[in-house]
Amino acid sequence: MWNYTDKVKEHFFNPKNAGALDEANAVGEVGSITCGDALKLMMKVNPDSQVIEDAKFQTFGCGSAIASSSALTEMIIGKTVDEALAVTNRDIAEYLGGLPPEKMHCSVMGAEALRAAIANFKGEEWVDDHEEGELVCKCFGIDAAMIERAVTVNSLTTLEEVTHYTKAGGSCQTCHEKIEEVLEAVLAKTGALAPPKAHAPGTVGLDAIKPLAPKAEATPAKLTNVQRMQKIMFAIEELRPQIQRDGGDVELVDIDGKDIYVRLTGACSGCSQSAGTMMGVQAKLVEALGEFVRVKPASLLPVGA
Amino acid sequence: MTAQGIYLDNNATTRVDPEVLAEMLPLFTEQFGNPSSMHGFGAAVGGKIEWARKQVQALLGAAHDSEIVFTSGGTESDNTAILSVLEAYPKKKSIVTSVVEHPAVLALCDYLEKKRGYTVHRIGVDNRGNLDLDAYKAALGPDVAIVSIMWANNETGTIFPIEELAQLAKAAGAVFHTDAVQAVGKIPMTLATSAVDMLSLSGHKLHAPKGIGALYVKRGLRFRPMLRGGHQERSRRAGTENAPGIVGLGAAAQLALMHMTDENTRVKALRDKLEQAILAAVPNCFVTGNPANRLPNTCNVAFEYIEGEAILLLLNEAGIAASSGSACTSGSLEPSHVMRAMGVPYTAAHGATRFSLSRETTEEEIDRVIAVVPGIIAKLRSLSPYWSQAGAPKEFAPVYS
Repeated sequence: MWNYTDKVKEHFFNPKNAGALDEANAVGEVGSITCGDALKLMMKVNPDSQVIEDAKFQTFGCGSAIASSSALTEMIIGKTVDEALAVTNRDIAEYLGGLPPEKMHCSVMGAEALRAAIANFKGEEWVDDHEEGELVCKCFGIDAAMIERAVTVNSLTTLEEVTHYTKAGGSCQTCHEKIEEVLEAVLAKTGALAPPKAHAPGTVGLDAIKPLAPKAEATPAKLTNVQRMQKIMFAIEELRPQIQRDGGDVELVDIDGKDIYVRLTGACSGCSQSAGTMMGVQAKLVEALGEFVRVKPASLLPVGA
Repeated sequence: MTAQGIYLDNNATTRVDPEVLAEMLPLFTEQFGNPSSMHGFGAAVGGKIEWARKQVQALLGAAHDSEIVFTSGGTESDNTAILSVLEAYPKKKSIVTSVVEHPAVLALCDYLEKKRGYTVHRIGVDNRGNLDLDAYKAALGPDVAIVSIMWANNETGTIFPIEELAQLAKAAGAVFHTDAVQAVGKIPMTLATSAVDMLSLSGHKLHAPKGIGALYVKRGLRFRPMLRGGHQERSRRAGTENAPGIVGLGAAAQLALMHMTDENTRVKALRDKLEQAILAAVPNCFVTGNPANRLPNTCNVAFEYIEGEAILLLLNEAGIAASSGSACTSGSLEPSHVMRAMGVPYTAAHGATRFSLSRETTEEEIDRVIAVVPGIIAKLRSLSPYWSQAGAPKEFAPVYS
C-alpha cells in the first residue's frame, strides 16, 4: 500500500472540481491511456482580467493522479494566467503534503496540463513547443524538454529520479543513456551537482528516498534559529559516541536552511558504510527537529558560502 | 484490514487457519528441540516433522514422503529446482518456460540468460491465457535441461495442461518442473503417477504461515542442493528445520485436502455469482484469462477506461481487499506482464482487478461486494476523460502520448 498523505487521500476520495466544464476557453490534455494516466484540464479564463475563474478536470489514473489534478484546480482558481504559469509540479506535490517518489510523475502531469491549457488559451501551439525537444522515451512519449523541466524544477540528479518524476525510462529502459545525456547537460548548465558517477558518498539516494517529506503537523517550525541550531548540535553530539565506537567521528560544519552539512572523519572517511551513516545522521536530525532536513557532506558546501 | 473487512486477495496470501496455528504453538514453547539432537527434546520435534511430511505427500498424491523437501517458500523452491537441474545436467544449455510465470521463475531465467549464457525459450499465450502448444513442442529439444511452467496463473487463475506438458518434456529428455503455488489445495493431484519431476508449493497460499514451502522431487531425479551445510532434509536443503512452519504446513495440507471439494463447489459458486453480478451490472468490463479452465477461487475482471489503483483504494475504503494488474500498484510503470502477454488492450489492462476467494469467504461478503463494485466503477468513470456522461467511451486525443 502506498504511503499517501491525508491530503492526497482527501483529494482522491473527495476530488474537487471533477467533471466537464462546458464554458471552458482553455483546455489542456496530456497523457494517454497506454501510459496509464491522462488528464484533461479545462479552465474558464476571463479574457479581460486574465483571471482563471473556474477550472475542472477529468483524469484517468491512480489515486495520486486524481489527487494531483484536484489539487491543481484548487491552486489555480482565482489566479491570473501569468500567476498560474509559475505553478510547478513541485508546488502541486507540496500542496498535497508530498507524494511517494514513484508517484511524482502525477504532479508533473498536472503541471504539463496546466501549461498546455494556458498555451491553448493564448492560442499558442503548445504541441510545437513540446516537440522542440527530442523524443527520449518512446514508451511513455517523454521528450527532452519535459525531462529538462523536471530536472530543473525538482533539482533531480539521478536517472532513477527522472524516471520517478516523468516516467521516462520506466519501461523498456533502452533510453537510459539518452536520459543521462539530458540530465548531464542540464546539470552542467545549472552548475548543480555532478551526475552520479562523481557523487560524494551519502548524497545519492537521500533525495530519492524523500523528495518531499510530509510536513510535520505538530511543530510548524516555531524554533528560533538559535534553538534550531542548538537542537542540531545536541543531536549530533548524541550520535558521536556511537560513531566513535567504530573508529570514526562526525562534525557539524554548516546549516543552510534544510541542508545540513557534516563531515565524517576518522574511519568513516572512505568507508563503504558512510552512506548508511549519513542516513542515520539524517534520520536522527529529522526526528530531533520534527521537520524534514537533508544531510550532506561538507564537500558539497557551495563554494564561497 | 479491519475485523469486518472482506478479504478477497487470497492469491496474494491467506489467513493462517486457527487449527493450523494451534498445531504450531507447542513448537515454540514445549517442543522447542532441534530435531537433529539425540535427546528427547529433539526426537519429539523430529516425529512431528515426519508427520507433516506425510500430510504434504498426501495432498500431492506423491509416492514417497521422502520426495518432499521443506523450503522457505515458493521462491526458494522455484530457484532450487531450476538451479539443481542446470547443475545436474551441465551440458544442456536451454530452459523452456512461459511468458506468464511468476517473477520467482522469470527473473531467475532472465539472470541465467544474461549472466550464464543459457538460452531461454519463453512460450507465449493466446488472448485467453492458454499456452501456445505448437511453440512449446518446437522449443523442446536435446539441449533443454529443464522446463518450468506454472500449474495455474496467479493473476487470472488460468490452468495449464500440466500432465500433457510434462509428458512432452519427458519425451524430449528434459526435466519438468511446475510452480504449483496457486494450484496446490485447489486442484486434486496424483504425482505418483504423473510425469511431473518437480513441483513448488508455498504454505501461505493455503492457510499456513509465510516463510514455509516445499519442493517435490521425484525419487531418482538427480538433485544438487542450493543451500549446503548440515544433513537436514537428507542434505537437500541444509539449515535447521523451521519446525513450527513445517508443522503448520502439514496441518494446512491436511485441511486443504479436506476442503478441496468445498473449494471446487461452494467457493466456485460464490466466485461465479460475484463475476456474473459484476458483468451484469457494470458496462464495458470483461473477464480475463480462460473462464472455462481456471482455479475455482479466482476472478479477474478488466474494467475499461479506469485505473486499477484507484479501484483498489475505493474498494479498500469500502472494506474490501482485492488486487490489480495495474502498473501503479506495484511502482512499476507498465501494467502486469500477464495482461500484456494475453494482449489485453491498454484501455482495460490498467483496470484489471483480481478478486481471489478462499474457503473462508461467505455469501454475505460476496453480496456486499456485488452491492459496492458498480458504484465504485461509475464514480471513477465519471472522473475519466475517456468516459462520457452518456456511458460510452468518447473521443479524447491528448497532445502527447
